[in-house]
Amino acid sequence: MDVQIRNLTKTFGSLRANDAISLSFAAGNIHGILGENGAGKSTLMKLLAGFLQRDSGEVLLDGQPASLHNPAASLAAGVGMVHQDPMDVPAFSALENFFCASPRSALPSLAVARQRLTQLNQQFGFTVAPDQPLARLTVGQRQQLEIMRLLACGVKVLILDEPTTGITAAQKTALFAALRRLTAQGETVLFVSHKLDEVADLCQTVSILRSGRVVGAQLPMPQPQAELLKLMFGQAGAPAPPRQAAAPPAPASAVPVWQLHQITVREGALSVPNLTLSLPRGCVVGLCGLDGSGQQLLLRLLAGRLHPERGRLLLHGTDVTRAPYRAFRAAGVEYLPADRMHDGVIGAMTLTEHLLLTSEQHGLIINRADARTQAETAIAAYNIKATPDTPLVSLSGGNQQRAMLALLSAECTGLLFDQPTRSLDVVSARAIWQRLLHRRAAGTTIVFASADFDELLAYSDLLLVFFAGRVSRLLPCPTMTAARLAELIGGVGFAEVAAHGG
Amino acid sequence: MADKPTTEAVPEALPAPAALRALALPAAHLLTSAGIIIGGTLLFTTLVLLASGTSPLEAYRLILSGAFRNPRTIADLIMLTAPLLLCSAGLTLTFSAGLYNLGIEGQIVIGAVLAMVPLRLLPDLPPPMLWLLALSAGAIGGMLWALLVGVLRLSTNVNEIFAGLGLNFIAIGITLYLVFGPWKRPGVASMSGTEPLPEALWLPTLAGIRLAPLAPIIALIGMGVVWFALTRTHWGLEIRAAGLNLAAAERLGVPAHARLFQSLAGCGALAGLAGALQILAVYHALIPNISSGIGFLALLVVLLVRSNPVWVLPVAILFASFSIGSIQLPLQLGIDSSIAGVLQGTLVLFALIAQGVRGRG
Repeated sequence: MDVQIRNLTKTFGSLRANDAISLSFAAGNIHGILGENGAGKSTLMKLLAGFLQRDSGEVLLDGQPASLHNPAASLAAGVGMVHQDPMDVPAFSALENFFCASPRSALPSLAVARQRLTQLNQQFGFTVAPDQPLARLTVGQRQQLEIMRLLACGVKVLILDEPTTGITAAQKTALFAALRRLTAQGETVLFVSHKLDEVADLCQTVSILRSGRVVGAQLPMPQPQAELLKLMFGQAGAPAPPRQAAAPPAPASAVPVWQLHQITVREGALSVPNLTLSLPRGCVVGLCGLDGSGQQLLLRLLAGRLHPERGRLLLHGTDVTRAPYRAFRAAGVEYLPADRMHDGVIGAMTLTEHLLLTSEQHGLIINRADARTQAETAIAAYNIKATPDTPLVSLSGGNQQRAMLALLSAECTGLLFDQPTRSLDVVSARAIWQRLLHRRAAGTTIVFASADFDELLAYSDLLLVFFAGRVSRLLPCPTMTAARLAELIGGVGFAEVAAHGG
Repeated sequence: MADKPTTEAVPEALPAPAALRALALPAAHLLTSAGIIIGGTLLFTTLVLLASGTSPLEAYRLILSGAFRNPRTIADLIMLTAPLLLCSAGLTLTFSAGLYNLGIEGQIVIGAVLAMVPLRLLPDLPPPMLWLLALSAGAIGGMLWALLVGVLRLSTNVNEIFAGLGLNFIAIGITLYLVFGPWKRPGVASMSGTEPLPEALWLPTLAGIRLAPLAPIIALIGMGVVWFALTRTHWGLEIRAAGLNLAAAERLGVPAHARLFQSLAGCGALAGLAGALQILAVYHALIPNISSGIGFLALLVVLLVRSNPVWVLPVAILFASFSIGSIQLPLQLGIDSSIAGVLQGTLVLFALIAQGVRGRG
């Protein structure tokens, strides 16, 4: 199905999120949509999928004006969208989700739905078991389920918003193969991303948005990477020199920040058994592995938010195996979760209020003027685009992330960071890491989990690989390559690096 | 879904200082909201009145002005406003902590029951000492009853709404048992309550009217303390943080669960105080309907002001005046006074609708 967008405009208050956008996407192709965070990509896709209503302009599907006033209308017109975060019913099974969210004309009965799901699973090499409760599926499997549901509903235009965030390499391969097959059948795929290599790998054309406007329309791929970066970011996007992770200072005599003795940690079905390691001061440790292999368990264990089943945990040489989270905080350990708005910061509160909440020395009465001054200093120092009185929820992702960093205590000795640059653009991500490396230079040990090989290899001093409930020993990063890392994550040659007794 | 546009907002588009925003934006919004609230409420209540065959204008005149007819009705207004203020102040605490303390009725009742204990056991103490004991006992009773809600919520994850409603029934059961059992009037048990206290133990009133000045004074102090705590202290900021996002507040080092507990305790203490005032200054006995629905009325007040402590006082006075004014309805028009409840409830409903409309636009 051909998609033509003419002069589409959408404003939020004074912000022109989409400003007279005109683009056209030919059937049977994969079209990349590039842009930095806040460029208006998601807004445009939500207008097409009926999740948002346009202010003006029109959309033509195969030359006919389409009314896309809600998601059901878009679906009936043949447009379906897979969201960045799965939008489904966690309490239902995969089959129930598949069935209940489809019109009866597409799936008349549960038996037909089961048959169709099995068939689609086979067709695309997906791995969604119909009767699994949704909570047991990985993000990647939930995304597969959503794609199959949209196909069963008969969509001709499939929109994917940052589909490779949080899924495994194998799932990504399966996804890309499926998308290529779909376009061979005449479907139109719109692939929203800020990952240039994926767009280069997959797309036939690419369109670039910046600040709500089209700055590159249906450019045929391949395009030089430098050119795309320039369009996305203006001058700031010139490619950075690949930076070399500095070797850790490694003062041999110093007490390690964390020491783990034969620790077993478990949550639900997932467990990491018999872990013994020691994380020295002033280094960056990258955690890699398939989605949900235990990286988050280790992060939360080190933060004191999850207690081990067995074993002993020392923090700066003190036994904290059973200590509460507050004791970890008091010892300078901070945990920054992947989902900022869920448990990272309080969206409705301002930076000033956050500084008041985290200040260590305070009396009974709050000193707002003082905190405002601090907030102004932090805003200048961390280059946060906000005022001291802006609620954090209305900041862009990169600015929220910088605000979280600004809230870290100066005495922070151990920093646990889940997906530090998830869904941030290149420039924002670089700025975050500049801050983190600054902390490392001051002696902070940073442990982070990421699904991005480039990030892991560029910034880690040491790597820990998680595979099938086992953890490697600490691997020095400079001797590692992306290809080798991919093998280890997939279990190839894992025995050679597995920790003793692991 | 709804927060996506905001998380993607371009920083340059951010409005300048909050103070400026607070002044510039609401002007138009306020008019729309006020239109929806007043228009909707009048329309709905008028329909109810017409359906019952009453002249709406006359009914409104009585409801709006009935409380200000003479010193006696004004005294009644103040004596209703005092416990309503205490409960509203308490609920402002729990709303800020993100809790729906529907158990407030039970907390008033248990406050009243415990306030009776020193009055019955030690009637020979000097009255000021007894009043202090009764008020403290009431506050402690309400607090303990509220802490039960907290324990159920934090240890066994029972939702505070259900825990509170359940405890309301138990509290009323306890009252009925006492009124008809151990504390019944000599000879005959009656729905009209226990034997009235000796007049020496009543809170002193102004000459000739039923206004005990101590009640509104206590209520105003209670409200002032809550306002100060929520807007000026670290404790209040932490309560609000826990209410907005419990997980994030914990991560930032706020003892969030303790703050939930403390907000419930504070609310229970204020409700218990209100219950003790109902005994000492209004009914002078334990009656089955000792709370008189003041807790639920306070829920409406707080829903309307959205836990903004500044507006609690005027709205509480307004709601109390509806209740007092409507007492004239059966006397003069022969219709039931419950129309005040319709008016109060409709007002809150349309306020919530206006808010929803504003949130969408």
